[in-house]
Amino acid sequence: MIPFSFEYKKAASVKEAISMLDGDAKILGGGHSLIPTLKLRLDSPACLIDISKIESLQHIRDNDNSISIGAGVTHAQIAEDKSLATHCPMMGQAAKEIGDIQVRNRGTLGGSIAHADPAADWPAVLLAANAQVTIQNSNGTRTVDIDQFFKGFFETALEEGEIITTITVPKTMANQNSAYVKFKQPASRFAIVGCAVALAMNGSTIESARIGLTGVADVTYRPDNVEKALIGEDLNEASIDKSVQDVTDGVSVMSDHYASESYRKHLAQVFVKRALKKLM
Amino acid sequence: MSKYIGKSIKRVEDKRFITGQGKYTDDIKLVNMAFAYILRSPYANAKITSITTDAAQEMEGVLAVYTAADIPESIAGVPCGWQVNFKNGDTMKEPPHPLLVRNKVRHVGDAVALVVAESRSIAKDASELIQIDYEVMDAVTNPKEAVQKGAPLVHEDVPDNICFDWELGNPKEEVEKALKDAAHVTELEFINQRVVPNAIEPRSAIGHYDTAYERYTLYTSTQNPHLIRLLLCAFVLGIPEHKVRVVGPDVGGGFGSKIFHYTEEALVIFFSKVLGRPIKWTAERSESFLTDAHGRDHVSHAKMGFDQDGKIVALQAHTFANLGAYLSTFAPAVPTYLHGTLFQGLYTTPKINVDVTGVFTHTNVVDAYRGAGRPETTYLIERLVDLAALEMEIDPTELRYKNFIPAFDGVDQPGYQTQVALQYDSGNYAPVLEKALEMVGYEEFRKEQAAQSNGKFLGIGFSTYIEACGIAPSAVVGALGARAGLFESAQVTVQPTGKVTVYTGSHSHGQGHETTFAQVVADRLGISIDDVEIVHGDSDRVAFGMGTYGSRSLAVGGSAIVKSLDKVLEKGAKIAAHLLEASADDLEYDEGKWTVKGTDKSVSFGDVSLTSYVPHNYPEGLEPGLDFSSFYDPTNFTYPFGAHIAIVEVDKETGVVKLKRFIAVDDVGNVINPMIVDGQIHGGLAQGIGQAMHEEAIYDDTGQLINGSYMDYCMPRADDFPSFEIDRTTTPCPHNPLGVKGAGEAGCIGSTPAVVNAVIDALWKNGHKVKDIQMPMTPERVWSAMQG
Amino acid sequence: MAYKITLTVNGKTITAELEARTILADFLREHLSLTGTHIGCDTSSCGACTVHINGAAVKSCTVLAVQADGTDITTVEGLSQNGNLHPIQEGFNQEHGLQCGFCTPGMMMTAKDLLQRNPNPSEQEIREALEGNFCRCTGYHNIVKSIQYAANKM
Repeated sequence: MIPFSFEYKKAASVKEAISMLDGDAKILGGGHSLIPTLKLRLDSPACLIDISKIESLQHIRDNDNSISIGAGVTHAQIAEDKSLATHCPMMGQAAKEIGDIQVRNRGTLGGSIAHADPAADWPAVLLAANAQVTIQNSNGTRTVDIDQFFKGFFETALEEGEIITTITVPKTMANQNSAYVKFKQPASRFAIVGCAVALAMNGSTIESARIGLTGVADVTYRPDNVEKALIGEDLNEASIDKSVQDVTDGVSVMSDHYASESYRKHLAQVFVKRALKKLM
Repeated sequence: MSKYIGKSIKRVEDKRFITGQGKYTDDIKLVNMAFAYILRSPYANAKITSITTDAAQEMEGVLAVYTAADIPESIAGVPCGWQVNFKNGDTMKEPPHPLLVRNKVRHVGDAVALVVAESRSIAKDASELIQIDYEVMDAVTNPKEAVQKGAPLVHEDVPDNICFDWELGNPKEEVEKALKDAAHVTELEFINQRVVPNAIEPRSAIGHYDTAYERYTLYTSTQNPHLIRLLLCAFVLGIPEHKVRVVGPDVGGGFGSKIFHYTEEALVIFFSKVLGRPIKWTAERSESFLTDAHGRDHVSHAKMGFDQDGKIVALQAHTFANLGAYLSTFAPAVPTYLHGTLFQGLYTTPKINVDVTGVFTHTNVVDAYRGAGRPETTYLIERLVDLAALEMEIDPTELRYKNFIPAFDGVDQPGYQTQVALQYDSGNYAPVLEKALEMVGYEEFRKEQAAQSNGKFLGIGFSTYIEACGIAPSAVVGALGARAGLFESAQVTVQPTGKVTVYTGSHSHGQGHETTFAQVVADRLGISIDDVEIVHGDSDRVAFGMGTYGSRSLAVGGSAIVKSLDKVLEKGAKIAAHLLEASADDLEYDEGKWTVKGTDKSVSFGDVSLTSYVPHNYPEGLEPGLDFSSFYDPTNFTYPFGAHIAIVEVDKETGVVKLKRFIAVDDVGNVINPMIVDGQIHGGLAQGIGQAMHEEAIYDDTGQLINGSYMDYCMPRADDFPSFEIDRTTTPCPHNPLGVKGAGEAGCIGSTPAVVNAVIDALWKNGHKVKDIQMPMTPERVWSAMQG
Repeated sequence: MAYKITLTVNGKTITAELEARTILADFLREHLSLTGTHIGCDTSSCGACTVHINGAAVKSCTVLAVQADGTDITTVEGLSQNGNLHPIQEGFNQEHGLQCGFCTPGMMMTAKDLLQRNPNPSEQEIREALEGNFCRCTGYHNIVKSIQYAANKM
């Protein structure tokens, strides 16, 4: 499998990368979303701009109330990061569910969300985490709430000439916890259903809930009806079972040879339940 | 005296593989080699109205773009090696399988043009510039639908897409009557789905024409180089066989898919002469999915009748077998002589009728895939037996014990004559099941199953199978339609220094022949295994061979080696007798030397070897040298058998099936290297279980293979399996010198129904009395079965 | 257009000129004749092409050779040192962890990554670590044992 020819430029800084980004160029991070597409000749950019050597994109930084993750941080780094394990447990849980060892060693967080595959894991997790995406362009930087980031099928808020630099997730407080569970398509390892849940508790009562679902629809979404239904409930099996019934209401659920629409709907309920039960 | 036989000798071939020095076809670089890319049809059924190659031809680095117009009409294509006749005696329909399509494509992946360039990337870039206009027509992919009136025809001259119809066993009326009179009939309509062999090494071929010697060399990832040479020379290109060398270097797995003669092999050979440069073609994985011969794809309807006591009284089955768009090399044999002939199973069923319709569809070819026909039979019989046990509320093991053929050794007791043409060689069937039950702890399991209440359903499934391998007596297969003999050859060359080179026609593609065969040779000759080299896979080094498939290498190829070894020892004894001034009858051979019985006078194998090549003091009239060739043609198939048990846990909420345990007790006759035999069983199990749980090639109604990549087609992985629990019994084969039966396919033949039966058992015991879950048992299919 | 890269492969410094689209696996096989790294698929699935870049297992079919500029690469040919087999290689031989040998180099390179992170993996951890490597011959049974052998030895 050989891609079409393209030019290759290595960027030393984000600024330089932006200056290289003209219409027909694409950003190359770990390459684990892009290179397979190129090999299958489904895409033919004229130029690839390699940002994988840019030092500033490689760090996980522990701030006071949040953790910032450089766009070039790999899934493997996230899976092994101790501060994320403590302060945003679903991040590590999700990272371990992505692809396989080799893919995790190479694939990056920024690359994954820029690609916005509707069955990728990160979108659901970042939605539940209430993350912020920092984007740089020739005018400077802007920050996008994750709720505004995923726009549709392989479509994001990223505009031409822009590069994702950092993803910031708030630290979970003492009364908060999060979990990610996934039902894998056994061949691709992508999610048939991936569910991330972040809860804030007031004693045994749910104070707030954020849920992200991937694999179910053509874009990752939050079932806000379920989130609302959970507020004020005790976290127990009965309340969970009651609250998750409508998790796919109003959503156009995907269907393929491996999982039909009705089965996916069923799985979405089951996996929201399972994620919530992990936090009981 | 066995120093090596029966021992788990570590493999001698491993070193090159674990150090990255294996030499597979794509690893070979020839001087001045060019690279080919094949442009294939994106449509399943379409007329080609025009092909324009100018732009591609003009691209820098492109050497040539070939289409069917560049191939003489006299070259019709690759042939079929097995003829099956219609019930009325007519010859099967055998439309040509062209090297490049001339007018009409018949499946997605059909080859239309060959681009040859200085590099793979240029060849591929150029292929994008070829313009082909297609007139797309409706396609048919399901064999049962393809025979309906009005279905799109794959070949205009094959009415109803039927290649052949075929029947075996007792007259249908007799079997139907027995079924009518039966106390209970279990009936099932089911699909044995199409699977893709998926050897991890993609197919590859290099063609080279040497103008100095006017000789062709083909390097190809094949299981049988000599057969490819024969077909290529005699049936495809009409080139002289003595001017063609076929080399099968290290081969990265085959599982049947590399038995066959593929069009690409002929293309690179033919055009290497035209172009005047060696040409290499290597499949991309997506091409492997579209063009490596697929396996299985049966739609069957079967009935099994029982009397009051649970004795099987009759078995009847009709199968539509999908052959794909063309006939692959052994395709017609698979659903007939390798399938129908096994319907006796391990049981005394007195009335059996098998009816098979071979059907063309707009899909890739289907041919032998690990087990080839026998897994389909075993699936059918063993699913019926376990289902019948549930329906009749008899324990499935008890039902089997009631029906097993009694033990026979094939020596003092005759072989067992089946209702479906075969005579089993030797068998002792109850002990494999007894042993497997002991391993599984059957009674305790049933208690655990009854007690379970955690949202998971436990189930147990059985399969007791027989297969026919060591294929086979040439006269028998000839009578059954084979267009080749199925013997094997071996040459044993003893070097003057007593080192031994063995040239075998069996060709290892992972089976460890270089070790197993060397064990046999070293023990027979009483020499060190380090003094033996096994040569295979090169038609210039090995005089002739029929290759490796049907679990035949040791039973047939190994027997040919033994024949040559016997000749070596016989002649050696004459030389030894001369040197010892004794009669050959007074000598005994042990531990590498001939000794005059009752004395300490002896001469070593090394001395005799040297004497044979330096015949100064030598028996009068005896030829010098110690070098013998033999051909071994077996007198019967061999019949391994076994009992497989699967234990599964079904997640009630999602339908996910977890394989918790898998127990296999197989009887493959005598065992030369237990480690290698165990490895063969493990691999077979994974493929059989893979079919039950994960694998399926899915064609949509337009003939597109919709899951033709590893992102969509689920290959079984390490975390899909528990550690296998395996053991064996030993019932030697009475008709070959090593007493071996063959182990390559057993795991794959026995395992599939055991897994499906286990899931059915789990559901049935929990109130979901479903008769069938279509393979692969995806979570959704299992979940749906529990919703009814 | 040709791009120049300099990298270390199995301890040797290599400089090469190549097209940007050259895949690392092809570079190793075609340019360096290191044919122990195999290509089994198009979709980063099968793992036959696994090598180490800077000590971590990656699928070399999904890396551009130009991206490997300046890195340190180990392939299967670099596993044994001074003629001594690596314990993982020894394990694959002792426990019959290979049949056709085609997936073996990738399997061993993944195993090496696993054992670096987790020197005493459980059977389940080994099986999970191999999720990106396909074997069609062994049913994985003896591959697991081979890695256990290596873990005990290392």
